[in-house]
Amino acid sequence: MRTIKKHFSGVDALVDGNLELERGDIHALCGGNGAGKSTLLSILMGFLQPEGGEIFINGKPARFANAKEALNAGVAIVQQELSAVPHLTVAENIYLGAEPSRYGLVDFRLLNEQAGKLLKSLGFDLAPTARMDTLSIASQQLVEVAKALSHRNADILVFDEPTSALGEEDSDRLFKAMRDLASAGKGIIFVTHRIAEIFTVANTYTVIKDGARVKSGRVSDITREQLIEAMIGGNAESEFVKANEPGDAALLDVRHLARPPYFADISFTLHEGEVLGIYGLVGSGRTEVLDAIYGLRRNQAGTISMRGKRLKGGSTTEALATGMAYVPEDRKLSGLVASASVGDNLSLSVLRRIQKFGFIRFAKEKQRIAKAIGMMQIKTPTPKNLVQNLSGGNQQKVVLGRCILTEPKVLLLDEPTRGVDVGTKKEIYRFISDFARAGGAVAMVSSELEEILGVSDRILVLRKGRIASVLSRNEATPKKLMMAAV
Amino acid sequence: MTPDHELAKGRQHEQGEGHEEHAPLTMEGEQAANSRPRVPATRSLPALMFLRNYGIVFAFILVCLLVSLLCQYRVMKGEWAENAFLTPDNFLLILYQISINGILAIGMTFVVISGGIDLSVGSVLAFAGMLAASFATSLTTVTPWSGTYGLAVPILAALLGGVACGALNGWIVSRFRIQPFIATLGMLLVARGGTMALTGGNPISSLSPRLRWFGTGKLASIPIPIVVFAVVFAIAWVVLNRTVFGRYVYAVGGNERSARTSGIRTNQIKIWVYAMSGFLAGMAGIVLTAKTGSGQTNAGSSYELDAIAAAVIGGASLSGGVGKLSGTLFGALIMGVMNNGLDILGVESYYQLIIKGALIVTAVVIDPSRKSADS
Repeated sequence: MRTIKKHFSGVDALVDGNLELERGDIHALCGGNGAGKSTLLSILMGFLQPEGGEIFINGKPARFANAKEALNAGVAIVQQELSAVPHLTVAENIYLGAEPSRYGLVDFRLLNEQAGKLLKSLGFDLAPTARMDTLSIASQQLVEVAKALSHRNADILVFDEPTSALGEEDSDRLFKAMRDLASAGKGIIFVTHRIAEIFTVANTYTVIKDGARVKSGRVSDITREQLIEAMIGGNAESEFVKANEPGDAALLDVRHLARPPYFADISFTLHEGEVLGIYGLVGSGRTEVLDAIYGLRRNQAGTISMRGKRLKGGSTTEALATGMAYVPEDRKLSGLVASASVGDNLSLSVLRRIQKFGFIRFAKEKQRIAKAIGMMQIKTPTPKNLVQNLSGGNQQKVVLGRCILTEPKVLLLDEPTRGVDVGTKKEIYRFISDFARAGGAVAMVSSELEEILGVSDRILVLRKGRIASVLSRNEATPKKLMMAAV
Repeated sequence: MTPDHELAKGRQHEQGEGHEEHAPLTMEGEQAANSRPRVPATRSLPALMFLRNYGIVFAFILVCLLVSLLCQYRVMKGEWAENAFLTPDNFLLILYQISINGILAIGMTFVVISGGIDLSVGSVLAFAGMLAASFATSLTTVTPWSGTYGLAVPILAALLGGVACGALNGWIVSRFRIQPFIATLGMLLVARGGTMALTGGNPISSLSPRLRWFGTGKLASIPIPIVVFAVVFAIAWVVLNRTVFGRYVYAVGGNERSARTSGIRTNQIKIWVYAMSGFLAGMAGIVLTAKTGSGQTNAGSSYELDAIAAAVIGGASLSGGVGKLSGTLFGALIMGVMNNGLDILGVESYYQLIIKGALIVTAVVIDPSRKSADS
């Protein structure tokens, strides 16, 4: 009883979903947004019912009417989105709904003990009694993993983009845990948009596209290019687009910026036509630096100048007026107004410039919205569609579109391709390159090494809130970046 | 995590995938996905869209029908000579009865859309009303400054008093990051206490006829409170739907961080919104004082609840970012028709309260626009 097989043949979203998972395997499930990955997994998890096809677990046919049945059959998922309760402790979150109890009261001592053991066995350095909201996003994701694994009998573990919120170091820790689990005989299905991770951790793969399997096999038998080709169904030229040339004219000048305890003594100059990559581990202060430049936070010391003019600081309105635009790290939390339409989201930053006595000039607004939708190739039935109904990639394009409408000179991007599929990633890279080529400057934070290396003209490495190294495009290598960052 | 919870997540998953299917990538190889578009969920069905936009109107018509049928029943049984509900005068009366709640509810709608709540409007109404009364009375001893001044003085005093209370609410909420519920709860007590302190707990009567005109006068046979309500509604509608400020209110309530990232001075917007709510409470205070003919220390007690109810029945979401003034108008109308109809039918007031309470909760439960906004 070694083989775990799943066969589905549904309709529409999933025409011919196939996937075989062996005990001890880490199996990468690849495909663009809308390829049918989530549908396939949802059927496996019992969220959805297949219209055809069969699932076999340990050779026995299985069918799950709901998530609980799937869980009982040994299928557990690590959610892509964090579902933690912020005011509870790590241990309470892990065993939420399954607390050990005595006389109807929660046995907290046992709870913490169990959680501690579990975390230790996974190699996660987390205190069971720490409150969830005191943890970084990365640590919260690790708790999510621990939670999935707290179901003792879980044989099949599904990791749905577990690293999208993690930095390099935490990802590695997670991969180690995955390998340990695999060698303990569990089967793991791993979904990620980061191609490199597939080669780091997975040993088998399945590529699905348009709801059907197009390729599967051992990871060691395929190259990165072949994998991308299979996913997008054509020739993959380079993943990255880079056609800009950095110039000499300074646009943004940052001097000795400091905001203890997050960062100190940050100085750099951003030139016309330049893409500056900012690399650092989670907690290195990279997001905080961008926040500070854009005026979301006040700085304790230092100056920020745009084209030689010093900013007062602490005001996003001012930053925007001087030609900055910011794409924040988390589009749901701080990027988009989910309750508003695509159009309203796009025009939000530019409204100030298309008004008369405070009244919105609707003809102009309509024209700007159409322009942004065209430029960013946002797929939406109408601009009145609610932005929360768009796919992740299109949502990100809306955030970018809002920025571009203000005709910025400097773009600050924080993880601009997080949770976005390969095709849209490439569009975003092209956008960045075009923007720089037109004379703009870009500062981009990313925790993906290749992305930083592929897109940047110069790379700033942050470590513990200070600039650890500045590397030019020619001299930068993954190794040098990592060495500087840790 | 409960299974239900997981199931809900699964459904989201499914929908997300559906939409992605609808909006495929532009990469050449992905075009194939275009040829098999799936109908994403149910939200694009025209019937549902229609219901979402105009459901509140149907609800209003339904309530009207129900009340008039019950009245007609009385007529048929020979108890009544005519249908007392279905007369033009009665409809004017309903509008007259809801005008004060309507004015408060308009301010409340702005506050709720911005993601807040204003519990102080009832007390601020009383405070402003008492201020107005103190400047337009023939009694000269009730406060040190009492007397009959030019009409502008009581009006300005009331509006300024209202704005001041509201702006203070907004300042506290935005400057100290205090939850609006708490901040305005504080103001609820402070303004009520202030009202009593103004006169040592006494009412102010013997108001000047010119002030009373705001409650009892008519313009082309329409009572002034209705006129005030209509004018306020029209201006507020334009501000919310046609100005940059209005759009910012939606953005701040929908996602404050995103609004800030988009270059909006969110704190300023909040202060303006609460100041506006205070201003309208002041205006409602003038009208109520003029209507009743005296400044009362307990005026407007629990009016904030009716105002919130009107906004919420009208589809405003207490989590912010969602709401419409037309919805609020119909929300206020529905409550007005219910109160009026139950009065006419002779239903005792305690049953009225029970029915009103059930109505508020039911309205929110069945509101079709709520689901998409909260998912």
